[in-house]
Amino acid sequence: MQEDVIFRGGDRTLTAEICCEIDHHTARRMRELIDRELFLKKPEILTLDFSSVSFMDSSGMGLVLGRCSLAEQIGCSVRLVGLSDRLMKLVRLCGVEKVKNLTVIK
Amino acid sequence: MKKIINEMKLRLPARSVNEAVARSVISSFCAELAPSVEELGDLRCAVSEAVTNCIVHAYRGRGDDERCYIYISARLYDTREITVEISDNGCGIENVELARAPSFTTGESGERCGMGFLVMESFTDSLCVKSRVGKGTSVLMRKKLKP
Ligand SMILES: Nc1ncnc2c1ncn2[C@@H]1O[C@H](COP(=O)(O)OP(=O)(O)O)[C@@H](O)[C@H]1O
Ligand SMILES: [Mg+2]
Repeated sequence: MQEDVIFRGGDRTLTAEICCEIDHHTARRMRELIDRELFLKKPEILTLDFSSVSFMDSSGMGLVLGRCSLAEQIGCSVRLVGLSDRLMKLVRLCGVEKVKNLTVIK
Repeated sequence: MKKIINEMKLRLPARSVNEAVARSVISSFCAELAPSVEELGDLRCAVSEAVTNCIVHAYRGRGDDERCYIYISARLYDTREITVEISDNGCGIENVELARAPSFTTGESGERCGMGFLVMESFTDSLCVKSRVGKGTSVLMRKKLKP
């Protein structure tokens, strides 16, 4: 079976490639997977790769913002990469520029 | 006078797998009007938000044995307009104006971000929210497709 989240890298930078549609239904499982890995590896940078995400709604933004506050507790910053125009539209709308430890890479 | 060219009604139990079901039904339903990729993406996202709210908020804390349903009714018009109404018989919203404000959420922090209504509003042409505490909520969205 195809994994929902594929992890790469280790202690300094951890990349989580998300490989399914992100809604409230799928976000629950992704949250568990990412949080477990985050606390296991305690990286300096967590990169969330969205290049394989074909759909996302505001539950995805909840997922991102929740991971940012968790990452902040362990001094980790979060990067979003691989956002399609579609996803970028949502990310911009939700105004995540204000989050200190979050960088959106176009 | 604009004419209805197609309509549908759908009742789904408030289970989170039905978020994806609702999105794909809406995609198929409006395929006849050949929306652009962007228009379809907007509509799918708006529908996903409304359905999610029924599951997460309206029926929050209700047992599996209770009959909790989401009602979706959609119409296509000859003017290239689509209307989608999504309603529930859940807890209702005390202050709709406050609920619609960006970042307002009564959901769990680290999970919800309070942007659902903003998405519905921004990705459609109009959003009308009606709610009665203890009775339920209905959101009506309208989107006009480009010619
Ligand atoms: N169908 C509904 N039934 C009851 N309350 C709702 C419903 N839809 C929205 N709400 C209320 O409005 C708030 C804002 O909704 P929304 O903008 O979608 O953000 P979020 O879902 O992230 O909380 C919710 O937290 C909830 O309190
Ligand atoms: Mg919502």
